[in-house]
Amino acid sequence: MSHSDKDHPKLAEQFNADEPRVDWHDETLWWVRVKRDKAARSIPEWEQLRETASRIKNNVLANLSEYLIQFEEQATRNGITVHWAKDGKEHNAIVLGLLQKHGIDRMVKSKSMLTEECHLNDYLQQHGIEVIDTDLGERIVQMRKEPPSHIVLPAIHLKKQDVSDTFHEHLQTEKGNNDPQFLTQAARIHLREKFLTRRAALTGVNFAVAETGEFVVCTNEGNADMGAHLADIHIASMGFEKIIPQRRHLSVFLRLLARSATGQPITTYSSHFKKPRKGAEMHIVLVDNGRSTQLGRKDFRNSLKCIRCGACFNTCPVYRRSGGHSYHTAIAGPIGSILAPNLDMRKYADLPFASTLCGSCSNVCPVKIDIHDQLYKWRQVLMKEGYGSTIKKMGMKGMTFTLSHPGFYQFAGKAGRWAMKAAPFIINNKLNPWYKQRDMPSPPKESFGEWYKKNRK
Amino acid sequence: MSNRDQILQTIKNNQPATASPLPDIDFPPDVSKPACDKFIEALAGIGGASHLVKDYEAINAIIKTAYPQAKRIVTTCAALPAGEHLSADADPHALDNVDLAVITAHFAVAENAALWVTEDIVQQRALPFITQQLAVIVKKEDILNNMHQAYQRIGAEDYGFGTFIAGPSKTADIEQSLVLGAHGPKTMCVFILSGK
Repeated sequence: MSHSDKDHPKLAEQFNADEPRVDWHDETLWWVRVKRDKAARSIPEWEQLRETASRIKNNVLANLSEYLIQFEEQATRNGITVHWAKDGKEHNAIVLGLLQKHGIDRMVKSKSMLTEECHLNDYLQQHGIEVIDTDLGERIVQMRKEPPSHIVLPAIHLKKQDVSDTFHEHLQTEKGNNDPQFLTQAARIHLREKFLTRRAALTGVNFAVAETGEFVVCTNEGNADMGAHLADIHIASMGFEKIIPQRRHLSVFLRLLARSATGQPITTYSSHFKKPRKGAEMHIVLVDNGRSTQLGRKDFRNSLKCIRCGACFNTCPVYRRSGGHSYHTAIAGPIGSILAPNLDMRKYADLPFASTLCGSCSNVCPVKIDIHDQLYKWRQVLMKEGYGSTIKKMGMKGMTFTLSHPGFYQFAGKAGRWAMKAAPFIINNKLNPWYKQRDMPSPPKESFGEWYKKNRK
Repeated sequence: MSNRDQILQTIKNNQPATASPLPDIDFPPDVSKPACDKFIEALAGIGGASHLVKDYEAINAIIKTAYPQAKRIVTTCAALPAGEHLSADADPHALDNVDLAVITAHFAVAENAALWVTEDIVQQRALPFITQQLAVIVKKEDILNNMHQAYQRIGAEDYGFGTFIAGPSKTADIEQSLVLGAHGPKTMCVFILSGK
């Protein structure tokens, strides 16, 4: 697909072709948002917790290099091997190197958005390594050769009959049996065999503690633990911004994470990996991949405070009605829209515009990232750097001209009102993006200027 | 310059120069309800069951009647006569057919029904995940109020692996329908030892 085929409005239009499904998507994510609100309100000190988390993360950003050195020192002392990767390519090569060294060609992997960002699965497959995603949602989309559409709910774009069809094809489950309990049980049996036979497990990292050299992985399914505790080698991939200063800071983040994500009081498992199991190896790959550049962008560095809870997705009216795939990047939603342009302004120039700037994302963010302000600021950077679309540029120029010439402004208003009344087809057609999926308002009889002239005394 | 040094140098150059002191973590515990009651309520909310028991004999009796199907029962609690006791050197893969694991927890947290377990008391890291059903024993006086108290209690403790376990393994990845028993235990039961 060329770039123009892949922008957010076009992809959102594809998603919107199935209206009942869009409504379901919208309502389901809103329901998750409501659960988040309920969980947040059950804690009187919620706002103070957010403020505390935000300030810990500010401290992290200001001392990042020192914390990373401290983490490396402590982790090494604990028997963990620490690797550094400046980009996705290096990260992938390190993982492949570790597998090859051990003669391993099959691996299980639990959720890691970083490996999506680095396209690890494709890379390993090209090198003859089989990767099985073990999070249920991720396994479903992997079978369908699709990327996850949400960082916490990877298969939220699918209905149970889709999952049933997929499992029928890949796991030979009974055709037409759409019962989630039945389908989950089928996946449990399928994946348990993988856990028991794979010698390598890769996990993501939710938090890494500089003070102690340990890292924490949170799941509800237990798949990260099943993989890691049964494998000879555990590789953890981590964007370096996941570091936090001290172990006790985990109390703040673990109270916020699951409540913000799904409304649960905590994930089922919050596992602290400090030393390798006896006879096993533990590796951690610290990845930059554009993060140090983002750290240098004063207006955008706060995006690195993100703890990947997905609350901004669930609340976003644009995400809920356009679906995760319309963002064409590993991390969709409002946070993805401020992270992606850092990696590639040309490719992701459309994303900061995929927002109404309503500010709901910033209001729910557990670490108080100013997401909607950053969306607005990215728009300005992108237009200035020449990445705005031609139509947008022409529109902006046209508006500038109209608003700075009162005579033309009055004429344009009149012409517009006349056209909406006398020749609505000029406006109500598919060339007008405002006419898509909605009716235009009925035109007023006169402008405010005209009314004022008549009525002033 | 090595990769590592290059990355660290760029970070150092780009990190904000503003001083951002670490905030105090000072959250008074919610004492509106006894911690034990809150714990039981939170556990029920995440799909777990609980039994208030006075001693290990009572636990033994419940295990015998509540898990009639369980063929292989493993326990890491020395005070429990029922169940096979595990060696720390066993191959974790051999735990695949464990029907019920009975373990102890260092403490529990009332606000979210999480139980803190470390490698030294489960002996095998895989055990609480690979078992089909899980039972955890905790003393009533070891139910703490919130996560801040939890980390105060953990302090600088050294462990190879530690985990908070809150309820049975679960997923809602298919149309947001909650299913208990994703990869780990399908049920979880907590025995609260009251000692009286």
